[in-house]
Amino acid sequence: MSGPMADDATDTDGRRSGRRRWAELPLAMAMLAPAAVILGVFVVYPLARAMWLGQQRCDNFGNDCVSNGIEQYVDVFRSVEFQNALGVTLQFAAITVPFGVILGVGLAVLADKYLRGIGAFRAVFSSTVATSVAVASLMWLFLLQPSVGVLANVSWFSELFPTVKDPGWLQDPSTALWAVAASSVWANLGFTFILVTAGLQGIPRDLHEAAAVDGAGGIRRFWSITVPMLGPTLLFVMIVTVTRAFQAYGEIDLLTGGGPQPDNPTTTIPYFIYGQNSPIRNDVGLQAATAVLLFLLLLGISALQLVGVGRRVHYGD
Amino acid sequence: MATDLTLPIDGADDPDELGARAADGAATVDLGGRPERSRGFDEPTGLRRVGRYGLLAAVVAIVVFPIYTTLIAALKPGDKVFDNPLVPDAFTLDVIRAAWTAGNLDRYLINSLIVATIVTVCQLVTSVLAAYAFAILRFPGRTLIFFLFTATLLVPAEAIMVVNRDTVDSLGWLNTFQGLSVPFLATAFGIFLLRQVFLTLPRDLLDAAAIDGVGHFGFMRHVAVPLVRPTLGALALFSFLGTWNQYLWPNLVITEQDMNTVQSGLRILQASIANEPNLVMAGTVIAALPIFIALLVFQRQLVRGLTAGAVKG
Repeated sequence: MSGPMADDATDTDGRRSGRRRWAELPLAMAMLAPAAVILGVFVVYPLARAMWLGQQRCDNFGNDCVSNGIEQYVDVFRSVEFQNALGVTLQFAAITVPFGVILGVGLAVLADKYLRGIGAFRAVFSSTVATSVAVASLMWLFLLQPSVGVLANVSWFSELFPTVKDPGWLQDPSTALWAVAASSVWANLGFTFILVTAGLQGIPRDLHEAAAVDGAGGIRRFWSITVPMLGPTLLFVMIVTVTRAFQAYGEIDLLTGGGPQPDNPTTTIPYFIYGQNSPIRNDVGLQAATAVLLFLLLLGISALQLVGVGRRVHYGD
Repeated sequence: MATDLTLPIDGADDPDELGARAADGAATVDLGGRPERSRGFDEPTGLRRVGRYGLLAAVVAIVVFPIYTTLIAALKPGDKVFDNPLVPDAFTLDVIRAAWTAGNLDRYLINSLIVATIVTVCQLVTSVLAAYAFAILRFPGRTLIFFLFTATLLVPAEAIMVVNRDTVDSLGWLNTFQGLSVPFLATAFGIFLLRQVFLTLPRDLLDAAAIDGVGHFGFMRHVAVPLVRPTLGALALFSFLGTWNQYLWPNLVITEQDMNTVQSGLRILQASIANEPNLVMAGTVIAALPIFIALLVFQRQLVRGLTAGAVKG
């Protein structure tokens, strides 16, 4: 090994002689190799392979494959099933993102005060971060289940909302997606709360104090100081919650199985690809095509958010 | 979980900030109340104070409601679940015991522990090695290769599992620990995070080590890694949690009952919800408990991991 000294003389201006530039290459390659192999075999290759498979049609045994090119992607995109899944995914995001962000900010602002015992409240608010999607979903399944569920067996509640018992909010096509979304928002609340609390603690107290001295009340300070200063945090929270909405699988699988049939109002795109009852479950080509479309959608959303919202975000000094 | 971890938004061109914050071991947020105990200028007083506590208590009630009802169901005798689902009027540990044996949960917990440990340890090793190469070593094409590595963060796991399942199948790894863990042994998130911190190491330190005849591996072991220990802790917790919580992947590669993880095991348990709801909820409690405890212990690491790159200052 040449040792770390190798390029010290030329380091300051960033120029190195050819020999020095290459000297550390073998070591670098050796250190990058483990990660490169894993990422290559299990991220890059499957993406490329999915793109290839996605334009192929094969018979039921995976033989006699025909390449259909980009047209197959267009066909899949236009199909009734994909359009339904896309619509469901967008609705799911349209519910979970605003509610998730608003509740997260609300809780964090509520708990961002000098009060005795506030630490205990914060611990409770962040507690749902410890629930996995399966744990959270089973908790909500027990709440919402129409025969043995909690809400159905609290008599005043089931009298007030008879649909909680018959057919059940997860079984009623008009409420199923909302019920799943509620579970999802709850499960993500701890995560959002922690992020926003961290963001709030990054806002200099002097700003609030100065504004208060100038006579700005709590609401005025919230909109004029808290919200703009939280910009980067809110952007990050939004990106994560949108991404999660587009990747929702576990809560759907455990709560509704994509149903209720026949309209599948809770079949999101991932559930359309992998779900037990999916019509394309045994067709790798169509699964791959849908998976690639999901990838492109998420890519587009990330780009949009970074460009569109990022421009209006206040990053501090 | 690849895309759960979004690129640090403003840390990208600002490595010093993140590094300094991570390296000095300071938690970025304090969930246990503010460190300075002075009264704030806007501390609620009198009636406002009472109102604030009332509001907080109301919100707590709503947030913990699903957890509360779960606990009640898990701790009630089977025949009492339906009367008064909100009132803990009877108590027994029998259901928890029954769920432990009937639900095969001990086996699932061990499986989850094995898989999450393998993934965490390997992710730390592969991330440290790659991050060190990107931050400290000089070689042609470094920027481009680093860009390619980070670009893998944009690929959602759900988009590639179709093919990965086939890969694992053709390797003969269905129903094995390799199948559950190998696809996740490296993460660009970890590489990115650690590189940011390694970049803050003063070049003089490296030169001094070289004069003393210490090579790169010695420098990495004795200087670089100890300096990034707080970040390593956060990354470790993050990796562990991410792997432990995986739901879709185990469902795709596990068909033998005994190889299930806790999450895919809960899926099996779920089928009994209508007949034995209290058993299912007891199983849920058992499955959730280890992570609740772990997060109580590792709260600082969790917060640092979650906020890395998300917040400035």
